[in-house]
Amino acid sequence: MQQDIPGTTIFDGAQAQKGLALNRMCFSFNSAENRADFLRDEDGYCGRYALTDEQRAAVRSRSVLKMIEAGGNVYYLAKLAGIFGLNVQDIGAQQTGMSVAAFKSKLLSAGA
Amino acid sequence: MATIIGGIGTTHVPSIGKAIADGKQSDPYWRPFFKGFDYVHSWLARTKPDVAVVFYNDHGLNFFLDKLPTFAVGASAEYRSADEGWGIPVSRPVPGDADLSWHLINTLVEDEFDVTMCQEMLIDHALTIPLALMWPGITSSDAPWPVKIVPVEINTVQHPLPSLARAFKLGRSIGRALETYRPDLRVVAVGTGGLSHQLDGARAGFVNKEFDALCLDKIVAEPEALVRYSIHELVELSGSQGVEFLNWMAMRGALTGEVRELSRNYHIPISNTAAATAVYANQAAAGRKAA
Repeated sequence: MQQDIPGTTIFDGAQAQKGLALNRMCFSFNSAENRADFLRDEDGYCGRYALTDEQRAAVRSRSVLKMIEAGGNVYYLAKLAGIFGLNVQDIGAQQTGMSVAAFKSKLLSAGA
Repeated sequence: MATIIGGIGTTHVPSIGKAIADGKQSDPYWRPFFKGFDYVHSWLARTKPDVAVVFYNDHGLNFFLDKLPTFAVGASAEYRSADEGWGIPVSRPVPGDADLSWHLINTLVEDEFDVTMCQEMLIDHALTIPLALMWPGITSSDAPWPVKIVPVEINTVQHPLPSLARAFKLGRSIGRALETYRPDLRVVAVGTGGLSHQLDGARAGFVNKEFDALCLDKIVAEPEALVRYSIHELVELSGSQGVEFLNWMAMRGALTGEVRELSRNYHIPISNTAAATAVYANQAAAGRKAA
């Protein structure tokens, strides 16, 4: 058995199977029309994609960590985050419990 | 016979697409990254490749998790891009070299790479941003395309991922296939993505300057030294999305001659990513037999 990598979820078969409905919904957000539909009726939209209760709660909470726990893959979740105007630095800050400014400056100092 | 003139490695972070659209190339945040392309532009102007074989990973535009190939090769005369949901400009369609695609596919399958063959394939930012970086303006203008492409897509999303060794051998197979391709084409191999970065989890924002430097050093003349890293180790050392280095390994595999690094630029950060740009010359060995 491989050692777990702290703060990292390997998107393996188990995660992919768990997250299929959530990731499928996020895949649909490649279409602007679908993004608008989601914003109009979030609950109905989640229902149409048959999200599990855990996935629906995770989406409602806007917590990326919870969405990952529910099987979400970040490449797909990024499309959902985009609907709320959040980029990968915003969701990086959210997942690490930092302000966006602190998260950005952490990266800047990594390059210094 | 086709000649592999060299290889280019480049990051493909989506925000680069926005920076280009907003004309921010000279801003203090962006200049350290874009300056790495000054050399790329002069090299491309000098060497004038006809075709770019581009190793990249799809991020949920063409492929979904319902059916996900490990390796997919485009075989189309034209590739369209489309809305990916995060607000970056969409490239105009890119011309493909379908004859070369089929030649590569035939050789790959003979070599036991049972690739997925795609006569229709949407290309995402991981292919179009590198094109916009290498030939500024080309994805949004009406100018004639300087190159045709052959897209080679590698799964970096759904584990199990192919190993670094496997990606390198995939590139090798393509390199050998190019050596036996009759038309006198000049081909550049391109590997996109990386280097170290992680978007997801409590370790989001992870980068690893030392490991990236090792990768950029070894990939030139000692790529075999990198294939000993397992995917798990690669995730640990370069982050969940640092595994895009697979695309660089495949690009390096396609360079079958003597390889020299002509330029290298490395900058942290672009968004959450340690960004790298490199150009490699490939000098075919004289009298070398196509294996």
